Amino acid sequence: MNAIPDEAQLQEVARQVRLDIVEMLYRAGSGHLGGSLSAADILVALFFGEMRLEAGDPCWPDRDRFILSKGHGAPAYYAVLSRLGYFPREELFTLRQFGSILQGHPDAGCTPGVEISTGSLGQGLSIANGLALAARLNGHGRRVYVLLGDGEVQEGQIWEAAMTAAHYGLDNLVAVLDRNRLQIDGRTAEVMSIEPLADKWRAFGWHTLEVDGHSIPELLKAFKTCRAVKDRPSMIIAHTVKGKGVSIFEDQKKYHGVAPNEEEYRQALKELGTA
Amino acid sequence: MSAKESTRVEYGKTLAQLGAENPRIVALDADLSGSTQTHLFAKAFKERFFNLGVAEQDLMGTAAGLALGGMIPFASTFAMFATGRAWEQIRQTIAYGNLNVKIVASHGGVTVGEDGGSHQALEDLALMRILPNMTVLVPADGPETRAMVRWAASYPGPVYLRTGRMAVPVIYDDSYRFQPGKSSLLREGDDVTLMGIGVMVHACLEAATSLAREGISARVLNLSCLKPLDWELVADSARRTGAVVTAEEHMATGGLGSAVSEVLSEHCPARLARIGVRDTFGTSGKPEHLLKHYGLTAADITAAARRLCRQKAENGGAPVVEPAAAAQGKTR
Repeated sequence: MNAIPDEAQLQEVARQVRLDIVEMLYRAGSGHLGGSLSAADILVALFFGEMRLEAGDPCWPDRDRFILSKGHGAPAYYAVLSRLGYFPREELFTLRQFGSILQGHPDAGCTPGVEISTGSLGQGLSIANGLALAARLNGHGRRVYVLLGDGEVQEGQIWEAAMTAAHYGLDNLVAVLDRNRLQIDGRTAEVMSIEPLADKWRAFGWHTLEVDGHSIPELLKAFKTCRAVKDRPSMIIAHTVKGKGVSIFEDQKKYHGVAPNEEEYRQALKELGTA
Repeated sequence: MSAKESTRVEYGKTLAQLGAENPRIVALDADLSGSTQTHLFAKAFKERFFNLGVAEQDLMGTAAGLALGGMIPFASTFAMFATGRAWEQIRQTIAYGNLNVKIVASHGGVTVGEDGGSHQALEDLALMRILPNMTVLVPADGPETRAMVRWAASYPGPVYLRTGRMAVPVIYDDSYRFQPGKSSLLREGDDVTLMGIGVMVHACLEAATSLAREGISARVLNLSCLKPLDWELVADSARRTGAVVTAEEHMATGGLGSAVSEVLSEHCPARLARIGVRDTFGTSGKPEHLLKHYGLTAADITAAARRLCRQKAENGGAPVVEPAAAAQGKTR
């Protein structure tokens, strides 16, 4: 295991990850921009500051496990995995091409470091529960992390799994909810209300926290708090801005699933700074 | 062949034995453990049994996670809810991920009986057969169930196994060994091949006995491994006998009848009659009555075989196009 980088280093990694996301999508000509940028800080805090991993070895048996339940956030996930040394950075720019190791949505059969194929929403929390139960049966101290989208919690299976995690007291499980308030057809409040979100998770028996999902110190502190929780699963509602980091993409429903055009790409590079 | 066993009960007993032999075996259910028979495992290995409540989608996802975590999960509920309610979870997470999950679903077919059409899965084999990476098994009796469940536990990939509610005659003895992709030839014959699955295998054997009395020699195959199908034996049997009857407690479309049709069409066109449920749902009643009502008896197989053999005699060797509505009024 590597030493945990300091917060300033993590913020720099997050900036680089955002640059990679923009570059990947611009070159691919398609992909999910908004939800990748909203999740960038969460993933960086998790992978570089919280999880037990072995850099360069995606199959290290004692690793903590992560499920990207919001599978369309794949570009952010891939950018992080390449920085962990799981595959060369050049692969990022084959995203979505025929024969690429980086499919449009995560495919465990193709990408080193991806634990399970996702993309159809609502399924990752159940899988994370199964992993957490297996870790408990094995007597392994492994922790299991899952990243959910906010539109995703409109899926009924999420609430089936919410009951299961609480029923089995899965304190080795941490779910993070990327609360960026937008989904494909518009604002979550308009498409299908999900509030009061924190109250719902609390009512389902979860230890529930709310943080600024773009503050790496807040995220790291929340993860630490969750480690002390016993007999309950933890939910971190991370308040984020869809498209975070580039002013023209921020809080715009249009950029849920489109790549930047050339003008937008130039603007993004200007705002994010050079690699 | 007077002894009878229920495939679901044999599954439950075998699973409990496996639990004692291998600590990686875990079982999951969705509030039907008394019916699917996982309760036997639950009683013996409380810490390795997970009831997910009435939540089949979560059942499949949790089983997938346990498999990812190195366990060998057996997930059970009724065939209708496993394959219908949770089809997309099975497709996206278990089959696409090629995970080591065993879905053993009970209450397949109309022999569910009194619970009626909502609970009688007649589509499950079609829904599972279409999935890449999935192995689809339908045991015909107790010994075959025991062998298949043991094989499934040793095979590292997704398996769907359908068990039935009612007790069925025992065909094999305990020397039976299951081989994936292979089917068993239960009776030699020259005039027609009867290809059965599940409870219909015994009906095929009964039909072959009646046909023999009429001077028709029927070959009988148990195609219990529906996927991967033993297509070479299917094609060879069709070539030898020139006439095939398929028999399944499932829609006549999508399951065994379709699988055999695909093989015959591509490899050796032959006369074919499909015994199965014809584009309709199930209904409440006694299992035996329902089998009769839906044309799923030895007598129905015998009549179909007799008809094919007559056509063969009248028309020579070449297959003929049958007039519509030949079998049961409706064609599909």
